[in-house]
Order: sequence, then C-alpha cells, then structure tokens
Amino acid sequence: MSKLVTASQFADPDAAYVTLVEARRGLSAQEAAALDTRLALILANHVGDLGVLKEAIELAKGAR
Amino acid sequence: MATTSRYHFAYRRCPDQDAAKPARRPVVVVGAGPVGLAAAIDLALRGVPVVLIDDADRIGEGSRGICWSKRTLEICDRLGVGEKLAAHGVTWKLGKVFSGDELVFSFDLLPEDGHKMPAFINLQQFYLEKALCDRAGEIDDIDVRWKNKLTGLEPHNDHVRLTIDTPDGPYVLEASWLIAADGARSTARDLLGLAFAGVTFEDKFLIADIKMAADFPTERRFWFDPSFHSGQSALMHRQPDNVWRIDLQLGPDADVVEEQKPERVTERLKRMLGARDFSLEWVSIYRFNCRRLNRFVHGRVIFVGDAAHQVSPFGARGANSGIQDAENLAWKLAAVLKGEAGAALLDSYERERMQAADENIAHSTRSTDFIAPHSEAERNLRNAVLALAPRAEFARRMINSGRLSVATVYDTPLSTPDEATFAGSARLGAPLPDAPARHRDGREGHLLESIGGAFTLLYAKDGAPPQPPAGVRLIAIGEDLIDSAGAIAKRLDATPGAAYLLRPDQHLCARWRKFDAGKVAAARDRALGKSS
Repeated sequence: MSKLVTASQFADPDAAYVTLVEARRGLSAQEAAALDTRLALILANHVGDLGVLKEAIELAKGAR
Repeated sequence: MATTSRYHFAYRRCPDQDAAKPARRPVVVVGAGPVGLAAAIDLALRGVPVVLIDDADRIGEGSRGICWSKRTLEICDRLGVGEKLAAHGVTWKLGKVFSGDELVFSFDLLPEDGHKMPAFINLQQFYLEKALCDRAGEIDDIDVRWKNKLTGLEPHNDHVRLTIDTPDGPYVLEASWLIAADGARSTARDLLGLAFAGVTFEDKFLIADIKMAADFPTERRFWFDPSFHSGQSALMHRQPDNVWRIDLQLGPDADVVEEQKPERVTERLKRMLGARDFSLEWVSIYRFNCRRLNRFVHGRVIFVGDAAHQVSPFGARGANSGIQDAENLAWKLAAVLKGEAGAALLDSYERERMQAADENIAHSTRSTDFIAPHSEAERNLRNAVLALAPRAEFARRMINSGRLSVATVYDTPLSTPDEATFAGSARLGAPLPDAPARHRDGREGHLLESIGGAFTLLYAKDGAPPQPPAGVRLIAIGEDLIDSAGAIAKRLDATPGAAYLLRPDQHLCARWRKFDAGKVAAARDRALGKSS
C-alpha cells in the first residue's frame, strides 16, 4: 500500500516551486546538483520512512 | 616487503606417518591461524582429541589482523588466554572521523560498563596466534603438526581421507571430521572444487605498520579526503610496541609494485606524519572481496573463518567472526562426537554462522560503498553527507568508516521462544551480557568467566535453588554468585525466581519467569537440535 503522498500538500504550490527555483538561481548545473543532493538527504531524513523513500525513488526514476 | 617471522616451530615426524594403515582421528583441523587454533583448543577442552595441521612452521609475518572485539576476547578468556591478550593489547573504545582535516564525528564503542573485557583491543595477529599456540601446547589432546600440507581430500560417508605432504614425504590420514580453517585461499575449498563467489572491490589500499614514538591518543582515526592524502581515505590505529597501523586508500589504478617500494611508502607517510621519525615494519597492498561459500558444511568437511567467508577489513569482521565460527562449531561437534546430539545439530552451525556472515558482508559492503564510491555520482552523494555532518546529526549517523564487529543475535531454531517479556540488554540468541559478580570466596569478578562452557542455568534466587535437569549446571545468583553491582538483575531483567538457560557458547537460548525442570530439559534438548 502506498504511503507516499503525491496529492498536493502545499497551500500555495507556486510559492513552493519558486522557493526551489530561487535556491538554485545563479548556480551552475554542478552546484545545483550538489544542492539537490544535500536537499534529498535532508528531506529523506525528515520523512524518516524507508518505504516512503523507496516509493519516492521509484516515482522519480519513472518520470523522464 | 615482509619482516622476518617472529616465531618458529619445529616439524616433527609423527607415528601416523609410519602407520601401516592410515590412522583415523575424530577431528583434523587444517590451518593454525587464529580460527583453527581457537577451534582446536575449544574442542580439546571439551574432551575431543584434535590433530591440527599447518603447511608453514612459523607465524608472525606482518601484523595482519589487529582489532579484537569484546566477544572474541570473551571466547579467548574461556579458552584460557583472554586476560593475557587484554593486558598485552592496546585498549580503545573511541573512534574519530575527519572530513578533510576537520573532526566531524566521534563514537564510543562501550555501551555498558562492568564488562570484564573491553570493547576492543589492538594487538598484532602474531601475538594472538602465539598466545593460542602456547595454550594449545599445554593441552595433551592437541597434536600440532607444522609443515604438514594438505594436498589431497577424498570425502567418504563417515570420514574424509586426507593426503598430507611433509618434509619426509606424504602420508595418509583419515578424519571423522575435517575443519577447514585454511584461510581465504583455502586448499580444502579448492580440493572440493567449491565456488567462492561474491564481489571484488576495485580500489586498492596500502597497509603499513610503522614504528614511531608518538603521543597521538589511543583512538581509531579515520579521514575522508584529508589534505595529506587528497581525494582518498586514511586510517590510523595504535598497536603495542609503538607500532601504528596506517591504511591509505590508493584508488583502483594504483601500481601494486611501485606503491610497495619503501621510498614511495615513506614519501606518502611523511605527508601524513610530518617530521616524526618512523620506520617501516610491514607493508602490503590489498584489494578485498565480499563473498562466502553457499554451504559451510559439506558432508564431513566443515568450513570456518576466511575459508568460508571474506569481508573487507573495515569493521574488524574477518578474524573476529572466524573465532566466533570456531566457538559456534566446537561445542556442537563435541556434542555430536559424544553422542549427545545428532549430526543435524551441525545444520545450526551453518544456519547461525551464515546469518553472521551475511550480516558481516552486508555491513562490510555498505562501509565500502561509503569509503570507496563506485562512481562520480555516488561520490557526490557521499560528499553531501560529509558536508552536512558538522551541522546535522542525521548525516553524522550516515558516515560509515566501518561498523565495528559485534556478536550476531542468532535467529535460530535452537532458541526456545520467550513466554514472558523481558527488558534489559540480554537478547535471546545473543551472548549473555557480562556484568560484575562476586564469587563465593568473596573475590570480585565477572559473570561470564563464572559460566564456562557447559549448559548452564542462571537462577535468580528465590528460596532454595531447584534441582536442574541432567546435563545442566545451575548457578544461583544470590548464592553461588553475588550480583554485587546490581547489573545482572538489570541486564537480564531478573526478577526473583527467573531462570536463564545458556548454551555451551554462552548464548542465551531460553528464559522463564519461574523455574520449571521439564521446560529447562526441553529447552536443552531443543538447543541440541533434538526437537524444534
């Protein structure tokens, strides 16, 4: 049974998106990749659920 | 480069070489390393005569294994050399991890106090082997044969026929059971044609033991990407005699010949150690494998230690797990040879020690993935963890410079499932946690040293101690042993009347809130593989 929430959770999804945009504004692709890697670690720990993490990886790998 | 051997042993011709018909021995152990010696001593102390053969006549070429875990030391204590090793070794419990030149993480390996043995000691492998050799020499039931090289192995239903080469030529010997403790390049394994599949890691590592008078603290130090060895990892560890173990990652493309040249090694070490004076004791380059046999028991041939499984050195899981293999096998094989158990009990050796091997391989593989990432993409993730570590606890917990060896908690049919719940640090299927205990004569000592190597029922006194069933020794806590620090009650969650059955390897296999002779007898039978 899926535990990963894919329904929108932000009251203002546009604000969430732009927050992520601003975080990488001015960064090179390499710097942005390093930022994303750190973010993935921080958020994965915040979720703290291996099952959810695996589902999220599946979802991310499936989208091209 | 290798230093000269420290200890030599004489080849001696033995009567079996002149026997008209091959002699039949109950147990032959091949390989007089730490694992083979431990197996031989344990079996002999249980009354089983052992022939121990080794193709060499010396020990002490290089330090090799240096970290000995608490459980290994507890086993060695039961075999009679634990106190000697603990006194000789360098005791440590603190590990420090650096990223670049900055300390990012430290760990303390001793979770409980009041254990007789420390979490770890560092001691050159040849000192441990020498101590075990000396101990074996004190025991009449052990026949050590140096310069006896296994060259032929013919399995039969109830024995194995061995061809052994010696300086006087070959002879034939029959063994009811053969214990193959002949290491990673096991001859016994090759003679049986067994596959030894797994993963080989591409990174090469330089390992150097150096003599140096230095006042670094006694702790394990591990660096990721230090300025003295850019882009790679480094490890430093203290041993007795002012000897330090240095381990430097060299990457997959290192030139094995070039990198072992003393001037090259010295140059690398100077970058790390600055102007300090040091001399090289031993240098080697290694790559490692994580692999194991599909089965550890092949008819009358039983594999232990590196002959059965191999891991990376990060975590000290090689020799320590091998000595625990030896301990697991010794009491079971002794019980089979004495007719106290059927050969099916040996299936549990395989099951329990395969569980341990898989655990060790999993930990070792994870450590290696962290220390030597397979690609740039994986390295970026590793570096992200290191970058976050100073500011976030979760990242510090992900740093993996080797998860150090602890005893496996066996998930085993030999254990009788708990009827009641128990708190405390004792676990069903695990070695009993040690604790301070006062002996009858008033001497302060410890719990494990009082238990020895027989089926033992620990009984938390509640009135007169009961009569245990046959084949079980009873120790009443509060009478035979005094819980002087209160730690036994706490660690076992021992309420008055509670009873704990220990296997001959000191693993907890059953426990109850109230003594019941029938249940104790049934649990002992179960631990001997008689029912399930």
